[in-house]
Amino acid sequence: MTTANPARNGSEFSVRLQGILLRQETILFFILIGGVFLMSFQSDVFLTPENLLNQGRLAAEIALIALPMTLIIITGGIDLSVGSIVGLTAIMLGVAWHNWGLPLEVAIVVALLVATACGAFNAFFITRVGLPPLITTLATLALFRGLAEGIAQARSVSGYPEWFYILGQKDFDFFGTATVFPNQLFMVIIGIIAIGAALAWTPFGRSLYAIGNNETGARFSGMPVRRNKFVIYTLSGFMSGLAGWVFVSRVSTTRSDMGNGFELTAITAVVVGGTSIFGGSGTIVGTVLGLTLIQLMKNGLALSGAKGDSTTIVVGLVLIGAVLLNTFISNPPARLKRLLPGQD
Amino acid sequence: MTAAAGVQHNRYWTNTKRLFGSQEGILLLLLMLLIIGVGLYNPRFTTERNLTDIFNANAYIAVAAIGISMVIITGNIDISVGAAIGVLVALSGTLAVELTAAGLPGPIVLLAAWIAPLFGGMLISAINGLFVAYLNIPAIVVTLGTFSILKGGLILIAGGSTISALPDGYSLAQQDLLGLPVPIWVMAVLTLVAFAWMRWSRTGRSQFAIGGNAEAARLSGIDTRRQLMVTFIVAGMFYGIAAVMFATQYNTIQTVVTPGLELQVITASVVGGVSILGGIGTVIGSTLAAILIRTIGAALVFVDISPFWLRAILGVLILVTVLADVVRRRRQERM
Repeated sequence: MTTANPARNGSEFSVRLQGILLRQETILFFILIGGVFLMSFQSDVFLTPENLLNQGRLAAEIALIALPMTLIIITGGIDLSVGSIVGLTAIMLGVAWHNWGLPLEVAIVVALLVATACGAFNAFFITRVGLPPLITTLATLALFRGLAEGIAQARSVSGYPEWFYILGQKDFDFFGTATVFPNQLFMVIIGIIAIGAALAWTPFGRSLYAIGNNETGARFSGMPVRRNKFVIYTLSGFMSGLAGWVFVSRVSTTRSDMGNGFELTAITAVVVGGTSIFGGSGTIVGTVLGLTLIQLMKNGLALSGAKGDSTTIVVGLVLIGAVLLNTFISNPPARLKRLLPGQD
Repeated sequence: MTAAAGVQHNRYWTNTKRLFGSQEGILLLLLMLLIIGVGLYNPRFTTERNLTDIFNANAYIAVAAIGISMVIITGNIDISVGAAIGVLVALSGTLAVELTAAGLPGPIVLLAAWIAPLFGGMLISAINGLFVAYLNIPAIVVTLGTFSILKGGLILIAGGSTISALPDGYSLAQQDLLGLPVPIWVMAVLTLVAFAWMRWSRTGRSQFAIGGNAEAARLSGIDTRRQLMVTFIVAGMFYGIAAVMFATQYNTIQTVVTPGLELQVITASVVGGVSILGGIGTVIGSTLAAILIRTIGAALVFVDISPFWLRAILGVLILVTVLADVVRRRRQERM
């Protein structure tokens, strides 16, 4: 009679341990370690600093986009237009420099301003007019890509000066000592720290979770819901602009189809990282782990001989697996629930 | 007497207003204005051949949009539709070539190549439906996953190769029936059948109920899981039909997923008045929108605008559609 529920005994420690172990981030971390371990047997090249850092270079653009996307999905929204903003930024950069004859530094600023304006355009329709984010950004996905195509008229711009490629193609030069650290990863790291800290430790960040859980409740408790939503969609435009700049610098050329499908990869990384698509939960650490997992899986498969884009199979499998896992953790089947402590 | 006439007149007026106040009416009006306007500017636009081409070219988008409209009306979404069509197109072409090589008689080969994609589409959508209806995973996540898997799988298996040497008579979409191309017939008949099915069948009615309020639908005795599953499977069949129309329109088949095809299909549905929040819309609207989108694309050349602006125009069109819908709803609420 006294031992009605054996799980209750010494429950505090086990509950806390279970809390840490069952977090999506922890599980992802172990999957990542396991995956890296397995793939290091497949290829001698895989587990070298050069290869891993080069994967960082390839994933940098998506990373820049996935950071604000995490904030947006936490509020229960979505931004489908990011890939198109990448394309429009690239075109604006090329056109402002090549056709308008502006200095390249000014052209970069113009392109970033256009990208930020695109984000603010989305933000206006979502927060002021009250349109659903899915439909607003579906419209601007077409609109921004269409502007890029219309302005470019299928012409590409290349032949940038040598200094422009330092950001995208060169490694960090540590006082004359060559390293293998790609330059654009600094931008990514600053983004991770700034956005991660803002999300985790500021009233602004906390309000995003509140909006995702209950938007009306958040508004009634006095949070600046509209303003904060406006900020994150505008930020998403700006970060997509940065991604466009890095992308042009990495591949040396400007085309209007750049960034096609980036939105889907970024959303996948965010969801794999444990952010709920319904909003209300998620972390930047999770998104970084999710993106790392996806990129390394693709790389591992490519090194073991998979053809081109066929590696997206693993992205899809990881996505569905991660969401199943997430659902399973937050709502385990009744039979299992009884076996676990602290779930009742 | 005069009072009765007044009522009569009123009813007539209300019906007219309702027709042109609805999304379908507005689309029809826009379509007619566009055709007449561009035709006056450039008479070559309104030749019978050109108009037939316009109605023909986007017929497969319209058919796929019928399927996705059902899914969106239940409050879900399907990102995998473009990748699914890509895979089914490759399936159809491969079957046609391989079965001919295996020495099977022509009619059986054609039947297999035309029918198999329907079942393939139902199977793919059934998998999506299983995750959405029975495992409660959001449709946008599931179909984003199957989109990646299907796209990658097609590259892995077919490697982007081109299928040619298709058997005689395979090109269904290039054939005529009673003076009109087959795709136009397929589009028209399927739109009407699907409209009737959604309006009068149990599953059709429950699609609107689920999209309006899934919990209320469940509490009022609708087996929401089952009906969602059926909806996804039926939508998959429409993707299959769309794939056959796509596969048979040229004499070769590229085994790649057309980039952005899912967005073309979703755009047709949304511009057609299907609410992305679920519960509202008709397939007549989505078909009219598919035709309108194609008409705009074709008209650009005739009024000397670069076709590269098409997507920007479509973006504005989606935005205007949704804004008009918001305005209309607010006015209704006030009344």
